[in-house]
Amino acid sequence: MLDKSKIGHEFEPVTFRVDEGRLRFFAKAIGETNPIHFDEAAAKAAGHPGVVAPPTFVGCLEMDKPDPFEMVSVVGGDLSKALHGNQTFVYHHPVYAGDHITYKSRIKNIYDKKGGALEFIDVETDAINQDGTLTAVIGQSVVIRNS
Amino acid sequence: MATQVNYDDVNVGDEIPTLVVGPVTRHDLALYCGASGDHNPIHTDSDFAKKAGLGDVIVHGMLQMAYLGRLLTDWVPQDRLREFNSRFTAMARPHDTITCTGKITEKFEEGGEKRVRVEIAAATDKGDTTLQGSAVVALG
Repeated sequence: MLDKSKIGHEFEPVTFRVDEGRLRFFAKAIGETNPIHFDEAAAKAAGHPGVVAPPTFVGCLEMDKPDPFEMVSVVGGDLSKALHGNQTFVYHHPVYAGDHITYKSRIKNIYDKKGGALEFIDVETDAINQDGTLTAVIGQSVVIRNS
Repeated sequence: MATQVNYDDVNVGDEIPTLVVGPVTRHDLALYCGASGDHNPIHTDSDFAKKAGLGDVIVHGMLQMAYLGRLLTDWVPQDRLREFNSRFTAMARPHDTITCTGKITEKFEEGGEKRVRVEIAAATDKGDTTLQGSAVVALG
């Protein structure tokens, strides 16, 4: 069983720069065809200050931290039994190349279903840019398969 | 690229333009592993995936969610997107073709804006619905 005493646990905040080259790589990986996501001139022509991060990117960049699956290890879960159950984004402000995003994460809930065969870890993260503006609130639910 | 969509011109039940991606290759999974920062080996290392009881590597749920993001931002500009949610309901595999669909389920006013809720889903050509979710979009 996962360690439910970790409900409310706050992770050490991390800050990462949104690199334009990383956004180009990300756009290629997801098959994005709109040049505002990989071409600075096109982004500026469309009225943006820089290359625009696609909607899910703000949830990905946090994975750059030393242990991106620490929500599993901190509660005593086995990563090889972990699957992604649910993902949510509430958007407040765009993310652009050159931004520095600070991630403040906490464990919102730990619970089980099917008599403990499936356990869930819900994590909520505020993604805040260099101006102190909240860009998005990100929710993630990780499932541990015990069967 | 997204065109102008007006609140008054859309109705509950309307479908937004479909996006079809694939077939997804192992190379796609390797690119997404590097670009996204999700280095979980269940997506790229078939030996690890077999040991984990998955049979073979599985497509990142978040890669498919990025496809759903493309579905939405091909329809309306990204700065119109207010909420974007998905549950990962089944696993997709290499060679699957992923079809992304969306249907308007609600029109409402919130936060001083005219908004619509769109039910979205991703499904494989084998008939498995891999992602189910919703998005809230502000329209002019």
